[in-house]
This record gives sequence, C-alpha cells and structure tokens, in this order.
Amino acid sequence: MVEFSLPKNSKPTKGKTHPAPAGAKNTKRFQVYRYDPDTGANPRIDTYDVDMDTCGPMVLDGLLKIKDEMDSTLALRRSCREGICGSCSMNIDGGNTLACLKSIEDCKGDVKVYPLPHMPVVKDLVPDLTHVYAQYASIEPWLKSETLPPASGERLQSPEEREKLDGLWECILCFCCSTSCPSYWWNGDRYLGPAILLQAARWINDSRDEATGERLDELEDPFKLYRCHTIMNCTQTCPKGLNPAKAIADIKTKLVERAG
Amino acid sequence: MFASGNLRSPLGRARGLGSAKEGLHHWWAQRLTSLALIPLTLWFVAGVIHLALGGEPYESFMAWIANPCTATLMILFLGVSFHHAQLGVQVVLEDYVSCHAWRTGLTIVTKFTCYGFATLGIVSTLICCFGG
Repeated sequence: MVEFSLPKNSKPTKGKTHPAPAGAKNTKRFQVYRYDPDTGANPRIDTYDVDMDTCGPMVLDGLLKIKDEMDSTLALRRSCREGICGSCSMNIDGGNTLACLKSIEDCKGDVKVYPLPHMPVVKDLVPDLTHVYAQYASIEPWLKSETLPPASGERLQSPEEREKLDGLWECILCFCCSTSCPSYWWNGDRYLGPAILLQAARWINDSRDEATGERLDELEDPFKLYRCHTIMNCTQTCPKGLNPAKAIADIKTKLVERAG
Repeated sequence: MFASGNLRSPLGRARGLGSAKEGLHHWWAQRLTSLALIPLTLWFVAGVIHLALGGEPYESFMAWIANPCTATLMILFLGVSFHHAQLGVQVVLEDYVSCHAWRTGLTIVTKFTCYGFATLGIVSTLICCFGG
C-alpha cells in the first residue's frame, strides 16, 4: 500500500571529480546529479570545480561552462537564458527554480544541482514531462465560446476583466511548483498539481470564455483538485513570483459560490 | 508513476476515469466542522479542567451534564468532533494509501469506528441526563 522505500537503482552514489584547470584561483564547487539510463547503474553525484573568473554569474552559466569545457556528457534543457521559456527548471540548493535566474553567489556552500523532484528522469537534469503536459492538455487550455466573435474580429474585455488574468497569464509552465508539492509527489497520476490548476484558473477567470461551468465540473474531484492542502510550497518556489495556491483557493471559492 | 505495460496515450492516462464531480461537500464540511470545533473544544477543555482540578465529586459532574445547555454542547462536541475526525482521516488515507482496495477498506473501518464512538458518547450523555 504505502511505499516507504525508494525504487531500485534510485540512491545516488559518489561520482567522478573534475578539478578546476591549473592556475584557477577563484573556484566554486558544483555537485551535479548524473543518471544515464543506458548503463543501468545507480545515479551518481559528480563534482566539478568551476573557475569563476571565466564564468558568468548564474547557475546556468556554470552548468553550460561545465558542459562546454569540462564534461560534454552532461545533459540539461535550456533555451532563453532569461527566465521566460521555463526550460532550465531544476532543483538547485534545495529548491526548485530556473538555473538562469539563480545566482551562483546566492547558493550556500557547494552548488547542488538535481533534476525536478519526483519526476521520471530521462538523463541527468532532464525530467520526463510527458504526463504533466498531458494533464495540461486535459484542462483544454484554449478559449471556448459559442458566441461568434464580433465583426471586428476581436473579443473585448474591460480593463477590470483583463485585470483578473494578472498573476495567471505570466506562468511559463516550468513546473517548479508542481514538482515541489508533496501532494503532487504522492498522487501526481490523478492530482493536477499547482501549475495545471493555475492554468485552469486562467481560463475560468477569463471573461471571454463561456465554458466556466464545464471547467468547474471537470475540476470538482477529490483527486484532481482537492489533493491541494494549502502546503504553499508552490507559491514559495515559483521563480516568476506567482501564487498558484491562491489560484487554487479561487477555484475552490468559485465551487462554493456555485453551490449556494 | 505508472505501472509498466501501460500503453494508454498520455492524454488518456491524464484524463483517467474523469471527474467524480464531487469533493466540494467533503471539503466544505471539513471547514465548517473545524470552525464549530473552536468554541466547542474550548468549552469542553474548560469544563473538564474546572471539574477535574476543582476536585468535584461524581454528583457534581452528573448535575453539570444534566443541565440542558451542557448536554446540548456535549452532544454537539461529540458529534462534530467525530464527524471531523473521519473526514480528516479519509483525506490522510486518500493522500497516502495508493491501493484502492486498502484505501476503501480503511475508509470504511474509519467511518464505522468514528460514528460508533460518536453514538456511544451521545447515548452515554443522554443516560447521564435522564438518569438511566
């Protein structure tokens, strides 16, 4: 029934150490989670001493320096390097965040880098996001309206109506929040998690959408929605400063409002 | 996250069996009972401390419980707290017990136990009131 132990081959072992180049005076130690599914071996923690005099300020700069100059076998996702694509989400210094927005200076001691927690790992720092993307598709994240758009082609909103989407539209789907949530760890197969529920709230709060009731119907479920126990890890970890816990509370409030 | 050999599409797995279209009532009942328990628990603790620390004899307790207001509050306290307890334990079981058969079985045991003890407490209160 309850799983108390980690699955086979889960415990990381001590890995290789990659020293800084000779003559480097200002170094920072990175400890990076490595896993290669092809070898069948346990994951390991590799150590890299990075020369900070020739490295950029962010953790992503450090990881790319490692990949470019020290160990090209390291796998990670990254794209925009400015906190807008959500690709480089990972667990750094004990918290989920974007490697491109996390300063190396802000890490206490060694820079410890792991993939997003409790997700299947494809390789190294690359988690398998198939299920969470499917959950996103399951909430049908597009405008639903039976009313045809006006002749001008544009569906209008008042400034007040538009304001209700603030704090929701900015989400970049990095899934730092969902993978920081213990409820999502235990019941992620059915619980939608904070990222997807915030996206659901984004459409529920859209004045142009005509499927609000159907959306609430789909969410009213002990597992899809009510696994949220306001633990607040989501809000604490969001690298964009959003508040998924409040978005979930808004959905629950709307369900109460609808019932009477 | 998923058992090997599951070849359903990712969207099929995410949708699963669909929405139960319930959960609001359980969630709302848990909040209402917790709200009601704030004054009820304070009253109960104050009452017990007063009787226990005051070294009052058995007759004083019987006279206290026989008061209609005291008996009403006691019955409310017992009913609401056991209702709240079974709602809460059900949430814990849903969180941590992934096997459906185990979860259902333990939920049934929890509900039967809580409602059994609540009824026992309420009947005992009534017997004290009406001098059984």
